[in-house]
Amino acid sequence: MANVLHIVVCAGIVPDPLQTLEPVTGPTGPGIKNEMVLPAVLDPWAACALYEAASLAARNPGSKLWLVPLGPKAKLQQVMMTVAQKVPFELVPIDGLIGGFPDAHSTAAVLAETIAELPGLDRSKLLLFGGWESATRGAGVTLQLVGERLGITDQFQGVDEISLRDDGSFEVLERVEGGKHQVSVCAGAPAVLGWATGNLAEPRNNPQVGMANMRTIMPALQKAKAAKLEANGLNYVSVALPKQQRDTRVVKDLTPDQIAAELVAWIGAE
Amino acid sequence: METILVLTHADETGSALSKASLEAVTAGKELAARISAPLTIGIVAADAAAAADTLTSTGARLLAVFGEAFAQARYASDAVAAEALCRAAKATIVLVPGTSRFARVAAGVAHRLGGFIDTHITALGGTEAIEACRWFYRQRIEAVLSRSARPWFLLLDASTHAAFAGVPGAGQVKQIEQVAVELPPLRTTVSGFRAPAQDAQTIRPDAKILLVAGAGWTKKQPDGQVHVGEAGELILGFLRTTGASLGSSKSLVDQGVEGNSVLPFLTHLNQIGQTGATPRHAKGLSTCCHGEEPHVVGWRFIGDRRAISLDPNCGWTRGKADVVYVADAFPVMAKMNALLEAKKA
Repeated sequence: MANVLHIVVCAGIVPDPLQTLEPVTGPTGPGIKNEMVLPAVLDPWAACALYEAASLAARNPGSKLWLVPLGPKAKLQQVMMTVAQKVPFELVPIDGLIGGFPDAHSTAAVLAETIAELPGLDRSKLLLFGGWESATRGAGVTLQLVGERLGITDQFQGVDEISLRDDGSFEVLERVEGGKHQVSVCAGAPAVLGWATGNLAEPRNNPQVGMANMRTIMPALQKAKAAKLEANGLNYVSVALPKQQRDTRVVKDLTPDQIAAELVAWIGAE
Repeated sequence: METILVLTHADETGSALSKASLEAVTAGKELAARISAPLTIGIVAADAAAAADTLTSTGARLLAVFGEAFAQARYASDAVAAEALCRAAKATIVLVPGTSRFARVAAGVAHRLGGFIDTHITALGGTEAIEACRWFYRQRIEAVLSRSARPWFLLLDASTHAAFAGVPGAGQVKQIEQVAVELPPLRTTVSGFRAPAQDAQTIRPDAKILLVAGAGWTKKQPDGQVHVGEAGELILGFLRTTGASLGSSKSLVDQGVEGNSVLPFLTHLNQIGQTGATPRHAKGLSTCCHGEEPHVVGWRFIGDRRAISLDPNCGWTRGKADVVYVADAFPVMAKMNALLEAKKA
């Protein structure tokens, strides 16, 4: 028997991982140089959460999927051109700062407020999804804080798998130390699931899905509410690139035997 | 004046504190000594007395929430336990080990107390105010930050401090103060752990060396064929003889998800880099991996780095590795395994 779920996926946008990042300090605090012109992508772990959510929604007819991203409207529009072709969702964008330096508590407050006001959301069916960490701040706390603000006390982080049962309960696999998964059974929604990579590959672009999504995405972007993020007493003393640059020795003229001998000596050395 | 609380929890045995908890105790002792602040240690465990045995020599006040409900790592019960300990300690600074158990609940607890949290802290410093060091953008940018708001929770990355090595029962015997909590209705039950069989476990956080396998292992070789089976044997052979931990690039793991021929022992848990882990090992050896930034960010805390790559212009040669061998990893690994086997024998 299918369970009707209301899945909300929180996501940020991040500079494409192949871009060079250089920190700068402006009047509002630290940021990334030319961040607004760097190509951006949906945060990788949040993207995994979105694909898992879409798969879950598709297997449970009647379910709804909202994507709630926070970022500058112009960058969100650029990223949605790609993301919209992957899976069907309803976009609820929030126009706010890009980047990893704003305080996570402020981000969570804005997200929680937006989710609480979603029209048609039944909180008893709510599964709050997102990446367990972002590729910007990487704090791994935003989703927890949103869950707390929404009064959800069944939370799971580093999730790789969820198996929904007929009675609405689900088994969830969370990453723990030593390459293992903790297996838990939760009585059902509402719950918070911070996803690691999950088990799904990135869906192929589907122009039909893209066209259906874009009909609602552009109006949603126009209506995106602006969010002001408080600092909450957070002060950056310094923000810098790591100084460690190694003096690489490139070895081109050794035979496999010689390389193997050198490596074995290196492995054995304390 | 600051009041410091170190939150700790028992390990899987239930009768001893986890290693990361003992590391947090060290950090707490150092910070308390530096700023002359009182130190309290809070314990969450099924049996707090056994877990606290090694803490008697810290001289700290010991608080504990214990009972069968706290044997399991679960948000609802751990959050009320940590919240109760924080309230009892009246802490302004809360140091938390960055374990999966406490990483799951620390932010929620900070919120319940009207406090704030910063995570992945690698060092604590500062003279006038407490300053915390952490990384942003997946270990690509390093920042030092402070906060005026209290309570301030600091989740410490594992292996950034030495584990506190108190002698069981040594020093002044301290009374453990039990902190009572009222459990909320529990809707989640932990049913156990799922892990590869002991001999198939390739992730070894305590290993001295990390071996990383890149997508090149599954590419066509000079004979025009792929040799995935041979690659798997070479990699597993190396792990057997060295006790190394195995990491992988995302592209190699993704091949399995997409149904291609892959190394069967690799999972997403092995992934190192932008969407994977950032492990801490003394040495790291990369094989068949291009060494570009999304991958190398996972190597930030690897001490001595070497790479085997066919590409003399790969990312590793641009200041990211100490030594790069321009060679085919297949024969090198085969020779290396033979030497290691001989050495072992």
